Amino acid sequence: MRFDLEIKCKKIVGGRATGKLLLSKKPINFLGMVNTRSGEITTTSSGFERQNLKGKILVFPNSIGSSVGAYTIYSLKSNSVAPNGMICTNNVDITTASGCAISNIPLAFIDNQRYDDLVNCIRILGEPKEMEITLDTEEGKIFIERKSI
Amino acid sequence: MHLTRDEEKGLSGEYGEATSAAYRILVAIGEATDAEKLVPIKWAHVSGVNYNTIGDSGLEFLREISKDGKVRVNTSLNPMGFDRENLPELSPEFIEKQFEIARAYEKIGVTPTFSCIPYEILPIPEDGTQVSFAESSAAVLANSHLNIITNKESALSALASALTGKSPYSDLRINENRSPMVEIVNETDLENELDYGLLGYFTGKTIQKSCTGICNISDNTDMWSLKSLAAGIGTSGSCGMFQHKKPSKFTEKVNYGKKEMNETRDELNTSEDGQLITFGSPQIGFEEMSKIHTLMEGKKFTKPCKIFCPKSVFCKAKQYGIIDSLQRSGVEFISDACTCLTPLIDKKNYDSIITNSVKASYYMKTSNKVSVALMSLKSIIKGYTV
Repeated sequence: MRFDLEIKCKKIVGGRATGKLLLSKKPINFLGMVNTRSGEITTTSSGFERQNLKGKILVFPNSIGSSVGAYTIYSLKSNSVAPNGMICTNNVDITTASGCAISNIPLAFIDNQRYDDLVNCIRILGEPKEMEITLDTEEGKIFIERKSI
Repeated sequence: MHLTRDEEKGLSGEYGEATSAAYRILVAIGEATDAEKLVPIKWAHVSGVNYNTIGDSGLEFLREISKDGKVRVNTSLNPMGFDRENLPELSPEFIEKQFEIARAYEKIGVTPTFSCIPYEILPIPEDGTQVSFAESSAAVLANSHLNIITNKESALSALASALTGKSPYSDLRINENRSPMVEIVNETDLENELDYGLLGYFTGKTIQKSCTGICNISDNTDMWSLKSLAAGIGTSGSCGMFQHKKPSKFTEKVNYGKKEMNETRDELNTSEDGQLITFGSPQIGFEEMSKIHTLMEGKKFTKPCKIFCPKSVFCKAKQYGIIDSLQRSGVEFISDACTCLTPLIDKKNYDSIITNSVKASYYMKTSNKVSVALMSLKSIIKGYTV
């Protein structure tokens, strides 16, 4: 059995990427909370410690804290442990936008309504880690798919 | 976002690869913040200097930028990893790569200030001037106290603004967005700079807007406390401005009482004691240096003490005899660097430190894995001098 959902998004950095969903309800301080060599989230305050950003589609409100977080995103990409794509749900902050722009990581924004759609989809489909997301910012769309249940 | 013909040329690479990369960054930010156009800025302050934070990939990026990039406005620079004139016992590789980063910035025309408090060492432009400050504490202070205008820029956006002389016209750059829609109502007695830092950290973490009001703080708050407040806000959130004001009937309110203060302190205070005392995150200015000197009254620290300050502040304090006096009290001075994320204090050398800075506390714990005993300046001097 196969479920699909399509959600509109606003393009910030163009591109198409696919990966498993990594959802954080809390903002991320890239400089303080992320290991640029491994891609791991290294602190508990984000709510998903021991998760790894590599290859994921990261859905999170926005980044906070240090301005150097933009270089952290670039380092993640250079070390091949970056998320494949990112989606901001509160606002697209300058750190995330500039970091993704220079790293060629597709980046999109979804508003509260679309975010609620996404959360409802997760509730229906089950474990977020099993879900695959395709982010196509050129089309302005996010496709959510669970391969099997 | 509308680009002029000249800006389009820059984006397409007619003015070189560095300028093109800069415009790519600005266009993405323009999209993110719904900017209609780019506006000129008169001063950029760039972060992303410390090899400890930007690493090899950051160095490689700057090598590429410095091939054909040149800044178009006065541009100052955040701290690096150590003191240029007092080399520490770090690996030769670290030192060489740090100097290469510094050379790359100097090659593109950046003034090597190596300071996170540029507003204390360079002239402040006239009120309402558009600037582009990456250092989060400096950006918050610029908007809130210095009467100059910036968004809470990133290392890369400020560099892009330095290379183009422009920034997207959005968010806090627009006058209408500089009025708070939410207020923090302080109900505590703010007795010292640490209390202001805790209030700042709570504010940044709580307020998701670009501008917040803060009610019931003194009209005569000193610079150290204002810097602590701004650094706290910059560390924990995305808010780029506070407005000191009286409570308004029409604005959403969040109370900050004893309970909130204690919870914030419990989050950041991760040790009862420490092996080393540090001051300077943001770096210590001349006024704060004088304050430490006055409070010391010739006493000696019972633990090693490092003070991080800009080179220019060190030189001025040296002229006044303050440096020699504090050195006799056991202080070691480190210019060009900052407590926050310095490679000179890590878990290989220290389990815990003592500081009055919430910003240092956050990054020491999360990045350097060093625990922190948070105390005010007066408490530190009372508890650790003879």
